[in-house]
Amino acid sequence: MKRKEILRKYEAKPDNLLYILHDIQDASPYNYVTEEDMEEIADFLGLPYSKVYGTATFYSMISQKPRGKHVIRLCDSPPCHLMGSESILDILKEELGIDVGQTTPDMLFTLEITSCLGVCGVAPAMMIDEEVFGNLTPKKLRKIIKDYREGNV
Amino acid sequence: MSLITKYVLISIDEDTLIAGARKVESELNRILAEQGLSSEIMVVETGTMGIMGKGVVMLIQPDDVTYVNVTPEDVREIVSEHLLKGRPVKRLQFTGKVDQSVISFRETAQELKKQNRVVLANSGLIDPESIDEYIAVNGYEALGKALTAHKPEEIIDMVKTSGLRGRGGAGFPTGLKWSFTAPLKNTPKYIVCNADEGEPGTFKDRLIMEGDPHKLIEGMAIAAYAIGAEKGFIYIRGEYALSISRTQKAIEDARAYGLLGKNIFGTSFSFDLEIKKGAGAYVCGEETALINSLEGGRGNPRVKPPFPGVKGLWQQPTVVNNVETLSNIPSIILNGPEWFKSIGTEKSTGTKVYTILGHVNNPGLIEVEMGTTLRDIIYKYAGGVKGGKFKCALVGGAAGAFLNEEMLDVRMDYDHLGEYKAVLGSGAILVMNEESCIVDMLRNILFFFKHESCGKCSPCRIGTAQLYSLADKIYSGKGSDEDLEQMLTLSEAMSTTALCALGQSPYLVIHTAVRFFQDEIEEHIRRKVCMKDICRMNGAERR
Repeated sequence: MKRKEILRKYEAKPDNLLYILHDIQDASPYNYVTEEDMEEIADFLGLPYSKVYGTATFYSMISQKPRGKHVIRLCDSPPCHLMGSESILDILKEELGIDVGQTTPDMLFTLEITSCLGVCGVAPAMMIDEEVFGNLTPKKLRKIIKDYREGNV
Repeated sequence: MSLITKYVLISIDEDTLIAGARKVESELNRILAEQGLSSEIMVVETGTMGIMGKGVVMLIQPDDVTYVNVTPEDVREIVSEHLLKGRPVKRLQFTGKVDQSVISFRETAQELKKQNRVVLANSGLIDPESIDEYIAVNGYEALGKALTAHKPEEIIDMVKTSGLRGRGGAGFPTGLKWSFTAPLKNTPKYIVCNADEGEPGTFKDRLIMEGDPHKLIEGMAIAAYAIGAEKGFIYIRGEYALSISRTQKAIEDARAYGLLGKNIFGTSFSFDLEIKKGAGAYVCGEETALINSLEGGRGNPRVKPPFPGVKGLWQQPTVVNNVETLSNIPSIILNGPEWFKSIGTEKSTGTKVYTILGHVNNPGLIEVEMGTTLRDIIYKYAGGVKGGKFKCALVGGAAGAFLNEEMLDVRMDYDHLGEYKAVLGSGAILVMNEESCIVDMLRNILFFFKHESCGKCSPCRIGTAQLYSLADKIYSGKGSDEDLEQMLTLSEAMSTTALCALGQSPYLVIHTAVRFFQDEIEEHIRRKVCMKDICRMNGAERR
């Protein structure tokens, strides 16, 4: 089983918790960690479940809800906001037909808002999975979503 | 063997990668090979050149010509016109000021020392993935000098004398911080580099790591020697993929050269480094929260004292320094504290790296002397305000302050800004033109604090939520004078009661917004209008 294989790579030290959570989430087809995942990590590290749950829920990069194949994270920090991220968000919501924090019914996209991505020179910006897109315009955004829908990435 | 006649420096960093720098580079290499020029013209990958939002950036040397927004289709023209015939392609040429962050190849090391570039001295000039190039520009010489010619106490004295203060935001004297940890007998001790750069609008540390990772490693090794640590961690934001890979490579190369590991430079000093990745939490930039995160837990701040210098990582003495702070160390050791003191102002010595963004013509990264005015930064280096007149700048990120026109000539350093109850913070300067609305920005910043509050202490957990809801009322046309009054008193109470800087920070941004733009805010409250037509006054819930 995948989970066991991932755990086996690590020494059972509490400071590996965040890395294990990252790895297990990456291995999940729905980009999240389940309750069973967290229980097993707690056993493995000899930590109370509450500690694992507390850590997993603290970091915005770790999700406890199933997410789409692609996670879209739009930056709405002050620099991107100033350069128009709000209208980009409106278009994203319209294109995807979902609100922030939701996943499309076909499980293709999850829409999230993220804090500063540190690419403010090309604001407004967003990340899809590991890829960063900057200088977003409505036209560019629609093209990117289309490409992802059609699998041209 | 043929002679290299021209160098094409192509900037490879997160910003140019987004714009397709790799495609341009491979097209360039392809055409050079096709034309048989590969042995005469050398393509060098460098870090940032300080120009942002202008696509792929390249610099041709020795001609000193910078091109921006280069696409693969432009490459053939650049090769045939410029590289072959020596006629620069005017339409792609960058006309703004670049000399603050890009070093001409013709400068000698001696001339370099006269300049005010310290941290970014090599950025955009050397290949950040080559340890040999770093060594060629006196890299690791400072470490050698520190280990073989100085005692740890002498290093601390030099850093104290230099006047270097923490570049992460708080401005605490670095040498003093080290001096608390150095005499402690409790081992092991740790040196931690805070590269969890989360302050909105700040990405200087990312570009320092992408452009010159060895300088940081060298600075950390010297710091470790000074405080008596044998192990260091660099805590980098999980989102900074290129910083992580370049720094990782630099660590491995330094290890291979014996510059990290056991008995460095044949001395009894041993030191090694490890990178730890963050997972998206702003509060982890607070040093005790960062330490909790390094230990694998929630990134909640700890109650201070005890300070990390005494009880930090795994309850051992730990010094936490910012990337930019540590990257200053090698130059201080090499050139001496007096040299460093000669740059900047009396109480804020050295340089400061700023990211300048928003409504400016040339957003980017600059390194200037401490004490440079906001006016110079905006008009001399960033090419002036775009799309209208200057309204204000948010200096220092969300935890910073709004500065309006009357503040343009204030010297930017810890003390001068402190006189106006503003802060230098992380060095982010977000310029806003007259078309922007202060209420909209304030609401956005307060949402950020609410979202990032870790929830450990009540003043911050409840306060940030309350501040956002009050700002949202004003934004949606439902606010009252009492709401504004409450924002002021509440944030002031938080500034003295919250556990860490996160809950203490909203005070500054709210108070400066009211101080400079009270009329505009009251317009939203009393007349229920947003003159800039940005705030959505219909009261609809938007998030």
